[in-house]
Amino acid sequence: MAGITSYGAYIPRYRLGKETAGWGLPVEKPVGNFDEDSLTMAVAAGMDCIEGLDRSAVDGLFFATTTSPYIEKQGASIVAAAVDLGRNILTNDITNSLRAGTLAMRSALDAIAAGSAKQIMVTVADCRMGAPGSEVEQLSGDGAGALLFSGDSVIAEVIGSYSVSDEMMDMWRAEGDMSVRTWEDRFVLETGYLKILPEAVSGLMQKLNLTPKDITKACYYGPNPRRHGEMARRLGLDPETQIQDPLFGRMGNTGAAYSIMLLIAALEEAKPGDRILVASYGDGADAYLLEVTKEIEKVGPKRGIKSNLEAKRISKAVGVRGAAMRGLDGGPPSISARWREREEIDRLHGAKCLSCGLIQYPPQRVCSKCHTKDQWETVRLADKKGKIFTFSLDYLVPGIDRPLAITIINFDGGGRGLFMMTDREIEDVTCEAPVEMSFRKLRSSGGVHNYYWKAIPKRF
Amino acid sequence: MQSIKDRVAIIGMGCCKFGERWDSGTDDLLVESCYEAFEDAGVEPKDIQAAWLGTQNQMSGQVLAHAIKTEYIPITRVENFCATGTDAMMNACFAVAAGIYDLVLVAGVEKLKDSGVGFLTGGGGQPSAQIGAPVPPPAQFALAANRYFYRYGLSYEEGKKLLGMIAVKNHHNGSLNSKAHFQREITIEQAINAPIQAYPLGLYDCCGVSDGSAAAIITTPENAKKFRDDYILIKGFGLAVGGGQGQLRDYYDFTHFDETVNAANMAYEAAGIKNPREEVSCAEVHDCFSITELIIYEDMQWSPRGKAKEDIESGFFTLEGGLPVNTDGGLKCFGHPIGASGIRMIYEVYKQLQGKAGPRQIKNPKLGVTHNLGGAPGSFTCAISIWGCRD
Repeated sequence: MAGITSYGAYIPRYRLGKETAGWGLPVEKPVGNFDEDSLTMAVAAGMDCIEGLDRSAVDGLFFATTTSPYIEKQGASIVAAAVDLGRNILTNDITNSLRAGTLAMRSALDAIAAGSAKQIMVTVADCRMGAPGSEVEQLSGDGAGALLFSGDSVIAEVIGSYSVSDEMMDMWRAEGDMSVRTWEDRFVLETGYLKILPEAVSGLMQKLNLTPKDITKACYYGPNPRRHGEMARRLGLDPETQIQDPLFGRMGNTGAAYSIMLLIAALEEAKPGDRILVASYGDGADAYLLEVTKEIEKVGPKRGIKSNLEAKRISKAVGVRGAAMRGLDGGPPSISARWREREEIDRLHGAKCLSCGLIQYPPQRVCSKCHTKDQWETVRLADKKGKIFTFSLDYLVPGIDRPLAITIINFDGGGRGLFMMTDREIEDVTCEAPVEMSFRKLRSSGGVHNYYWKAIPKRF
Repeated sequence: MQSIKDRVAIIGMGCCKFGERWDSGTDDLLVESCYEAFEDAGVEPKDIQAAWLGTQNQMSGQVLAHAIKTEYIPITRVENFCATGTDAMMNACFAVAAGIYDLVLVAGVEKLKDSGVGFLTGGGGQPSAQIGAPVPPPAQFALAANRYFYRYGLSYEEGKKLLGMIAVKNHHNGSLNSKAHFQREITIEQAINAPIQAYPLGLYDCCGVSDGSAAAIITTPENAKKFRDDYILIKGFGLAVGGGQGQLRDYYDFTHFDETVNAANMAYEAAGIKNPREEVSCAEVHDCFSITELIIYEDMQWSPRGKAKEDIESGFFTLEGGLPVNTDGGLKCFGHPIGASGIRMIYEVYKQLQGKAGPRQIKNPKLGVTHNLGGAPGSFTCAISIWGCRD
C-alpha cells in the first residue's frame, strides 16, 4: 500500500530567543529571514527530501500553506522548478486551511491509489501571521516539511485515514488582513479543536478496529502547550510515552506544516513496526495512521527536524520577515528575459562543456575556455556546496541586509558564480569559507516576487 | 598589420574644470574643453573635418554638434564603458593614420551630476533579466581587494595602509592641479579611518563622481609642424575587451586583470617598449579605486606580481619617484566622467611631455602612458595609449 518513501524539513536558522532585543520571551521561535517566505522554505524542505533520489521519477508536487506569496499564481510550479523536478508532472497548491498539509497528503495518496501518479512530493510550509504580541505570534514558528509518497519501498505505510469537515469560524484571515483573527478561545477550543480532532481520531480508530494503545507516537496539531496536553488525555494517550514532543518553545506551532513536521520528527527516531498517528485541525480534522517498515533503516542522512533545530543562531534583534524589498527598487525584471533565463535562475543550472569539461554559470552558447559551440551537459549547482573565493561587504546599497555580502562562489567539483550571501554574520564572510545555496526572495516589485539563489554559510 | 607608431600627432588639447558643475550642462563642458583645444592648436572650429565624441550616457554625435555648432561634418559617437574616451581617440587616430582626414577633433564628456545619486548609474553587463545581486562598482573592486589581501597574506591593517598610500599620493598630486575636482591633501590616517563603502574599501579608496570634458585636435605629423613645435606623437594603442572570462572560468584569481595585461602587451609592442618599468616616464591610470591602481602597477609590468607593496612603500610612483603615476591627481581627484576620463588623462600626458605641467612637472619625460579600465573584475574593457615627444 502507499506511503512515505522520503522526508525532508526546513527550519530557518535564526531564532528569536531570550537574547533577542525586542522579543523578551524565554522561549525560542524560528523566524524566516527577510528574504524567506513559505515558498522558499518549501523549496528547502523539498531539496532535503529529494536529495540522492531520482528526480525524474517524481510525477507530482503539491505546495500546501496558508501563506502562499500569491493570491493568483501557483506556488507549486515555482517550488517544483527550484527543486528541479521534470515538466510532465502535476503541480497543485492546497491552501487556505490549517489542514492544507494533511489535505495535500490525502490528494497524493488518492492519486497513487488511483494509479494516476507513482510518486508525489508534498511540500508544506507556513509563516503564521499572528498579531504582534498575540499568543499566536508567541507560540508559532516558521518552518516547512516535505514528504515523498509512493506505492512501493515505503518507509511508513499509510494504513488508514479519516476526515471530518466542520464549519467553524474559529480562526480566519480575510484578504488584506495582516494577521489572523479568532473568536474567544474558550468557545473555539471547546467546541472546535478539542471536540473535532478527537472525532477524526476516534473515527479512524474504529475504522481500523484499533485502540489508542496501538499507537506508538501521536503527532498532532495543538494551538498551545496546555491544549496540546489536554488533547492527549482526550485521545486516551499516555502523555509520557505516546506523544511526539510538540516542540513548543523550540520550533513552535508551524501552522499548516505543524503536524507533518512532528511526523517527520517521529520518523527520525522510528523503528520498524511503530504506528504513528498524525492528526491536524482546521475547518474540520484529518487523522492518519502510519506503520513504519524496515525500509526506515535505509534512510540516508537527512537534515530533517533534529538537525534543523540544532543548526541555529539567536537573532540579535527582531527582524522583518518577508521584507525582501531593497532600497533601489527598479521595478520587476523583464518577465520575458527572466523566462528565457528560467533554467539558470529557478533551477540554478550551470553547464559543463563536453569538450573541455569546464563547468560554467550561467550557461553559455560558446565555451569560454575551449570555444566549442553548443556542446553542453546540464549541471545542477543548487545542491552543491562551495567556498567563498572572494567577497565584498557593500555599505552603499541601502537595504535590510546592509552591508550586502557579495560573494564569488566556487562550487565543489567546479563552476563559479556571483551571489548575494544571506543568513550571515559579518565574520562568516571570508575567503575560503564553506557555503551552500538557498532559494530566496530577492525583492518584490510590481506584484512580482523575484526568487533566486543565494549563498549561505554551510549549515549542515 | 601596421603599427600606429608616430603616424598621428596631437597639436592642441583642452580640459574643463572637473567637479560638481551644477551650473553647467553638457554643452558648457564641451564648449569649455573644445575651445581651449582650438586655441591651444591655433585652429578655427570651421577647420575641423570630422569629430569623434566619447560619451556613455548621451546618444549620438549630435551632442557635440549641438554644443560647438559644427556644420554637418561627420561626428561618430563612441561608447565602450570606462574606456570610452580612449577608444574615441583611438578611432579618430586610425582615421587620420589612414589618410581619410587630417584635422580631427576628439572630445569626451559626461554630465554625471544630474542623475540625482552620488554614484555611477547604468552600465550593467549582458542584457538579461538582471536577477542577481545589485553590485555597485565599489563592491565589484572590493572582490579584488579581499582576494589580493588573502593571496599575499596582508592583514586588513597592512592592506588598508597600502591602499591608503595610493590615495594620499593622488590627493597630493591633485592639490597641485587647479582643474581637479578635489584639491585637498589627505593624511594616511584619514584614508585608513574613512567610512567603509564596500569592505575593505573606504571613502578615500574610491574615486569621486564629477562632471567633466576634455578634447584634443589631432593631425598627421607632417601637418603638425605647421601648428607647433611641441606636438606629441602616438606611440601605441591597446584595447582588450573581456567576455566574462573571469566570471565563467573558476580558475581566474581576481588578483590580476587579463584585459590590462593584454592591452598593455599590444600597446608596448606597437611602441617598441621592451622594459616598461624603465622606459615609461609617467602614467595616468584608471584609479577608480585604490586597489585598481595597485593591481595596474603589476599588470602593466611596472612592479613584479605581488610586489607592488615594495614600490608603493619606496615612493616609486610619486612625483619624485622612478615612474610617477597619476601626476594630475587621477580619477581620485578628477572623478570619473566616463567619456571624458581617457582624454583628460591624455591631456595630462600632453602637458607633461611639453613640460607645461606646472608644479606637477616631472623631470625630462619621454614616454607617457594612459590606461582606462571599465567593467568589473572578470569582465573589463581596457584601453591604453602611449604618447611620446617629437624627435
